[in-house]
Amino acid sequence: MQDIISKYITEPYDLNLDSDITTLKVNKKSLLKVMMVLKSHDAFSFTQLSDLCAIDYSMYGESEWETNEATSTGYNRGIKPKSHGRIKFGDNIKNKDRTSRFCVVYHLLSIKKNFRIRIKVYLDNDDVVIPSVVDLWPAANWYEREAFDLFGILFKGHPDLRRILTDYGFIGHPFRKDFPLIGNTQIRYDPTLKKIIYEPVDIEPRVLVPKVIREKKE
Amino acid sequence: MKQFKNFTMNFGPQHPAAHGVLRLVLQMDGEVIKDADPHIGLLHRATEKLAESKPYNQSIGYMDRLDYVSMMCNEHAYVLAIEKLLNIDIPDRAKYIRVMFDEITRILNHLLWLGAHALDIGAMSVFLYSFREREDLMDCYEAVSGTRMHATYYRPGGVSRDLPENMPKYEKSTLRDKSELKDLNYNREGSLLDFLEDFVSRFPECINEYEDLLTDNRIWKQRTVGIGVVEPERALELGFTGPMLRGSGIAWDLRKKQPYEVYNKLKFDIPIGKTGDSYDRYLVRIEELKQSNKIIKQCIDWLKNNPGPIMVDDAKVTPPNRETMKEDMEALIHHFKTFTEGYCTPEGETYTAIEAPKGEFGIYLISDGANKPYRLKIRAPGFSHLSALNEMCKNHMLSDVVTIIGTQDIVFGEIDR
Repeated sequence: MQDIISKYITEPYDLNLDSDITTLKVNKKSLLKVMMVLKSHDAFSFTQLSDLCAIDYSMYGESEWETNEATSTGYNRGIKPKSHGRIKFGDNIKNKDRTSRFCVVYHLLSIKKNFRIRIKVYLDNDDVVIPSVVDLWPAANWYEREAFDLFGILFKGHPDLRRILTDYGFIGHPFRKDFPLIGNTQIRYDPTLKKIIYEPVDIEPRVLVPKVIREKKE
Repeated sequence: MKQFKNFTMNFGPQHPAAHGVLRLVLQMDGEVIKDADPHIGLLHRATEKLAESKPYNQSIGYMDRLDYVSMMCNEHAYVLAIEKLLNIDIPDRAKYIRVMFDEITRILNHLLWLGAHALDIGAMSVFLYSFREREDLMDCYEAVSGTRMHATYYRPGGVSRDLPENMPKYEKSTLRDKSELKDLNYNREGSLLDFLEDFVSRFPECINEYEDLLTDNRIWKQRTVGIGVVEPERALELGFTGPMLRGSGIAWDLRKKQPYEVYNKLKFDIPIGKTGDSYDRYLVRIEELKQSNKIIKQCIDWLKNNPGPIMVDDAKVTPPNRETMKEDMEALIHHFKTFTEGYCTPEGETYTAIEAPKGEFGIYLISDGANKPYRLKIRAPGFSHLSALNEMCKNHMLSDVVTIIGTQDIVFGEIDR
C-alpha cells in the first residue's frame, strides 16, 4: 500500500504505518485532491466512507492526578479541575498551547481491495473551516453536520449545515473539551407560568475517578 | 388555473411506526413524498462524552444502551477496541462464547425487526410468534449475566463468567400445576448449552412458520416489492452496511472479509439480494437467521468439548477471582485498583469494526495513555442508513415511508447515541 500511495498521491502527506490502520496526514489545502484520487483511482477505489469525526486535542495528555510522587497536600493532588467533568460553564480552564486544536478524521473503506485507510487533517486554532466531501461521498452529509454540531467545525460547500443531534436553539458545541459535562441549561415545566422553561443547571460537577496517566513499567 | 402548493406534514416523534423518537418533516404532493427531512437527536445522551470521563470498564454498560436490541454486539466492538489498544489476546473459549452470543444477539435483533416490521405493515401475528422465540434467547442472556437485556457480559480480556452448569427453571406457583411445570421445564434440566442445543434444533421450524406467514403473502409482497430500491453503487456511496448493503447485491460481511475472534474457523454463508428492494432485504435477514443458527450449533459443539479459562490471566486488566482475593494480599490490591482507577492503555488509536446485526458497528478509540478514553467515536450503522431516508422515500407514497423506516431497521439508541 505504501508504494501505491507514494506513486499516485502527488500532494504532500505524512504516512504513519504504526497504527492499526494506515494513517495519512494531509493538509487542508490538498484534502479534496487526495480524496478524489483515493475514491476514484482504480489502485485504491475507496468507495465507502465508513466514518467521519472531529477530535478536540486541547486536553491531550493532561492528567488530574500526580502519579510519580506524592505531594505534601496529600489527597489534594487528585482534584485539579482539569477535565470537562469537573468544570462549570464559565470556568476558564487553561489549555496547553496548541497550534492545531482540532482534527478531522476520515475512515475510508475499499471493498474491492478489502482495505481501510485513515485520513487526518489538523486545523489551525482560529480557522476551523475545512472543505466538505459531500460531493464525493453523500454519506458524509450527516457526519459533517454532526461534527459541526458537536465541535463547531465548518464544512465549506456543505449543502445544509444545520445542527443534528442537539436541541433546537442549542448554544455551544458540547463535545469540545471546555464544555462542561453537566451542560449549561436544564428544562422543566413551570406550573405557575404553565410552560416549559430553561434555566441554568443546578447540579454540581462530579467525577468519581480522576484521570491518571501511568508510565508503563519496564 | 388554481395553483397548488406542497403540503408539509409532521410525522412523529410520537408515532408507533417511527420506531422510537424519529421526527420526519415531509413535503407532500398529495399522497406522494417530495422531500423527507428526518430530525434526530431526541434520544441524544452524549454517550461518547460520558465515556471520556469514566474508566474504560465503566462504559461497557453504556454500549448495551446504544443499539438496545443488539446489546452484546455493541459491547463486543468496544471491548475488542480496548483489547487492541492493550495488545492482549483472549482465551479460545472466551472467543467462542462471544461468537455464540453475537449470533444469539443477531437472532434477537432480526426477530424484533421481523415482528415490528410486519406489525407496521399490518401483519399482527408474526410479532407474537417472533417474541415467543425471543423469550428463550432472553433467558440465555439472563442465565449468563443476570439481566435480560443490558448484559455487560463481555469484558476486556474475555467474558465476565463461564456459562452456567444449570439452566434456571420455572418455579412452583399456584397458577401452574405439576404437569404444566414439567412441560415448561422440559429443556431446562441440563446446562445452558443443552438448553441452547434444544433451541437450535427447534428454531429452523420456527423460521418456516414466519415464512409461511409472509414470504408468499400477497399483501406482504405488495407492500415490500419495489419499495425503497437502492442500486449497489449508490448503496456503497451512501455508506450502507450489513443487510442493507447485502440486499442490494454486494457480498460484504466483516465476519468473512475481515474476520475477528473465531469466525474464520466457522462455516456459514453470506446471503445477498438481487434487486435491492425491501422484499430482498427481508429475504436476506431471514436467511441470516438460518445462518446464525448454524453458527450457534458449531459453537455449542466446540464449547461442550473444550473447557478452559474465559478470561486472560493478567492482573493489571482483569479482576482476580474471589477466592484468591480472600487470602492473597497482592490479589486484593489488584482488585481494588481495577475497580477504582482501572487500567491505563498505551497511547494510540484504533478503529475496530464488527458486523453487528444492523451493519458495521465501529469504535474509534483514542488513548492518550490514561485510564479513560481520550475520545470515543461510535460509528453506528443506522446513522448512515437513516441519512439516506430522503433519497429512499422520494416519490413513494406516505404509507411506504413506514415500510422504508422498517426495512432500515432503525433503532434510535445507536443513531442519537
